Amino acid sequence: MTTWPILSVVTFLPVIGALAIYLTRGDDEAARRNARWIAMWTTLVTFAVSLILVWRFDAANPDFQFIEKANWLASGITYHMGVDGISLPFVILTTALMPFCIIASWKSVTNRVREYMMAFLLLETLMVGTFCALDLVLFYLFFEGGLIPMFLIIGVWGGPRRVYASFKFFLYTLLGSVLMLLAIMALYWNAGTTDIPTLMHTAVPRSLQTWAWLAFFASFAVKMPMWPVHTWLPDAHVEAPTAGSVILAAILLKMGGYGFLRFSLPMFPLASHDFAWIIFSLSVIAIVYTSLVALMQEDIKKLIAYSSVAHMGFVTMGIFAGTTQGVAGGVFQMVSHGIVSGALFLCVGIVYDRMHTREIVAYGGLVNRMPLYALVFMVFTMANVGLPGTSGFVGEFMTLLGTFKVSIPTATFATLGVILSAAYALWLYRKVVFGALTKPSLASIKDLTFRESLTLFPLVALTILFGVYPKPVLDMSAASVQQLVNNYNAAVTAVKAAALVVQ
Amino acid sequence: MSFSSAGYQLLPVLPELVLAVGAMGLLMLGAYRGEGTTRPVTTLAVVLLVVTGALELMLPAGKLTTFGGSFIVDDFARFLKILAIIGSAVTLILSTEFLSDPSRRIFEYSILVLLSTLGMMVLISAADLIMLYLGLELMSLALYVVAASNRDNAKSTEAGLKYFVLGALSSGMLLYGASLIYGFTGTVDFAGIAAAVKTGSVGIVFGLVFLLAGLCFKVSAVPFHMWTPDVYEGAPTPVTAFFASAPKVAALAVFTRVTLTAFPGIIPQWQQILVFVAIASMALGSFAAIGQKNIKRLMAYSSIGHMGFALVGLASGTVEGAQGVLVYIAIYVAMTLGTFAVILSMKRDGQPMEQISDFAGLSRTNPLLAFFFAMLLFSLAGIPPLAGFFAKWYVFVAAIKAGLFTLAVIGVLTSVVGAFYYLTIIKVMYFDEPAGEIEPMRIELRTVLAVAGIFNIFFFVYPGPLVSVATAAAKSLF
Repeated sequence: MTTWPILSVVTFLPVIGALAIYLTRGDDEAARRNARWIAMWTTLVTFAVSLILVWRFDAANPDFQFIEKANWLASGITYHMGVDGISLPFVILTTALMPFCIIASWKSVTNRVREYMMAFLLLETLMVGTFCALDLVLFYLFFEGGLIPMFLIIGVWGGPRRVYASFKFFLYTLLGSVLMLLAIMALYWNAGTTDIPTLMHTAVPRSLQTWAWLAFFASFAVKMPMWPVHTWLPDAHVEAPTAGSVILAAILLKMGGYGFLRFSLPMFPLASHDFAWIIFSLSVIAIVYTSLVALMQEDIKKLIAYSSVAHMGFVTMGIFAGTTQGVAGGVFQMVSHGIVSGALFLCVGIVYDRMHTREIVAYGGLVNRMPLYALVFMVFTMANVGLPGTSGFVGEFMTLLGTFKVSIPTATFATLGVILSAAYALWLYRKVVFGALTKPSLASIKDLTFRESLTLFPLVALTILFGVYPKPVLDMSAASVQQLVNNYNAAVTAVKAAALVVQ
Repeated sequence: MSFSSAGYQLLPVLPELVLAVGAMGLLMLGAYRGEGTTRPVTTLAVVLLVVTGALELMLPAGKLTTFGGSFIVDDFARFLKILAIIGSAVTLILSTEFLSDPSRRIFEYSILVLLSTLGMMVLISAADLIMLYLGLELMSLALYVVAASNRDNAKSTEAGLKYFVLGALSSGMLLYGASLIYGFTGTVDFAGIAAAVKTGSVGIVFGLVFLLAGLCFKVSAVPFHMWTPDVYEGAPTPVTAFFASAPKVAALAVFTRVTLTAFPGIIPQWQQILVFVAIASMALGSFAAIGQKNIKRLMAYSSIGHMGFALVGLASGTVEGAQGVLVYIAIYVAMTLGTFAVILSMKRDGQPMEQISDFAGLSRTNPLLAFFFAMLLFSLAGIPPLAGFFAKWYVFVAAIKAGLFTLAVIGVLTSVVGAFYYLTIIKVMYFDEPAGEIEPMRIELRTVLAVAGIFNIFFFVYPGPLVSVATAAAKSLF
């Protein structure tokens, strides 16, 4: 077994990188180059170390692995880290996407590069920590701490309405989270600990389940984001720099889904069962309504942001279906969306760097000058639509399958979203890439550079690989998902049986 | 309590005696040697405070009482006295620049701070109403004078006068309440009151309300907060830093001790008062700060809000609540002193700058200062992993345990509103274009900021010591 604290190393390595950047002085070109390279190497090494996790991970074991435990705040509130099949994919997703973000910011960020790289590395630590934490207070620390660097990233390096967007992002998320904090406190007094594995096996009284579920819901629904508390997302996405959008779409949104999987379902199974209809309704509204909204957008980033909300609707729907297919599909959909939406934002960033506009009408006919770009963008557009053969299909199909077993109307309406997503995504693609290249400003636009290809082609490969061979991700999470679903069903049936006995 | 058991030993008051005699000695030094001695007097005052603190720590462990049980030294008192001493000492360090100006070389300033600290120590150790009043008045009278120490400035004078008039009013209310309580219980001793008060008769509750009103004034809790913004703005900035730190410690200490040791029998009666005061303070502190342009006024509203949060812990009326108050006030003092070190260092062309817009672009002109300040502001907003989060954690966890759910929910919601105005300052520092260079930071300000900032950022790594000391201190009350 491991003799060194591998999870802590993965989590805190980026902080060391950030400190190294801090130690490089000056603001000249050399200092900027140093900052970029240090950030690059730090994220690469972190990714490499996180691959050791995959290698040593025992997929057959549904419990937490690589456990680290140390005294911290009080008895019952400890520094407890560990991953299982549900959290590990997200850890890898985070560490894997970070180098892409650094490359994507290589040329486009020229202002305060050192601070920018430090903020990103700090953010990586907080994101990885969120997925590894096995103590609620520790989780909250990482979960909320991520607001600070993201606030600065949007606010300092963002677009014209960055101040509004960063405030909205921060306050919205904080508002949801403080209620969760109170629920964490209530759980602490209920069980005498905030240790997540212990809490998973502690029966929570039904009334507390209801309130705690609602409080956690307030936090994760905002983070996810679910309709109607999604309005911060389009603003944040539009104003954030490219890499910020990538992280926001690929990782930060997943924290909401991860929270539902880690806390709501296993700790409050009865409340989850009781409130599933709320989730289903909101998910269906999100899928249909935000897809329609996406159809009306004039800004490319905003369109993708709304499509993210729709795709997250599939995730919440699948998770609260409480079936193996639904939950596994939810995990897969999140990983897939992490790759695809991240890549789509990178694609937008590429044309934005050239043209400095994200208006759809400013483009058209890019295929004539940028064939490579057109190809890559098409792959991701298709994955976003959910075309079979891309990773997007697997996730959507599994969540729909899982939901169909529980609620046929929900699945039916959600399927509409698949059609609508084809409508807006293909419409976007046609407007931007196809047609004649008539706009004079586009006449000299250049195709992908080597650096840009480097960010996109690995993601193309992953999208198609997971589309035709989703086994690696599904196998990694299968055992943990199965255990989660079994415990959930056992708790729900136990209550139903008890109710029958009473009658 | 008989004289023989408690006795009139002087050992428990040794630190206070040393401080009192030392302060008088320094007064003599200043009086005979003139205003040239301002600097040595300030230095010696800091040394004296350090000695006092060391003596306090060297006192025998356990619960010591003297003067017939009216003066008590327990872990609770030790914890808060050390905190108040740190607050005063750091304030004196922050004041060096203020006192170095030729027109303001007033050696009395340091001596007044010392006497005020003496009052705080008496207040923290007070175990009956007489001792409470003595400590409170000694502390406050010195504060009134210090507020007006910038004599030629109309605002400073106004601040001092306003503080004095309103402070006298609140003292009157407190005395009236104390006399009612004495009348209904026949004793001024906290333990005796606790033994006599088992049910909340109208007279007792009437007295309690007046007593708490007086105390609310001292911690600047709503609805007795009106003096705070004006006094904070008008007083010289180092004095504002002082007001925001050490006296708050002492006032919260006596608030906690009175409610928990003198009135444990009628918790529901004072709980509802505290719940109201806490909610009103948090709400007003959050909403009223939004429109502020002056950083000192903003800090005044911020301190009102923070006192509301601290009272959330007290309102639960439990050991956890008392522990929450102690952790809160300790972290609050660190954050406040750090923040004022930043405010004091904001100078351009020799002129102090107090407008929030003056901070524009600070992250470019002085990145490290801006970083520490931003972290302090995030911490004041209660964002993890910074120290301010843990402060809020401990008070709210106590409120949840005591079943005060409404209070807790309103509390965290106002903290989100509060986050808005802290974010506004960060926005000005980080997102806006620089407004010009500021003068280099003085070494003492830099030290204070570094210590406070590092404590604030790295508290989460090793929170154990402060928390366990606070737990022991809270237990000594019960």
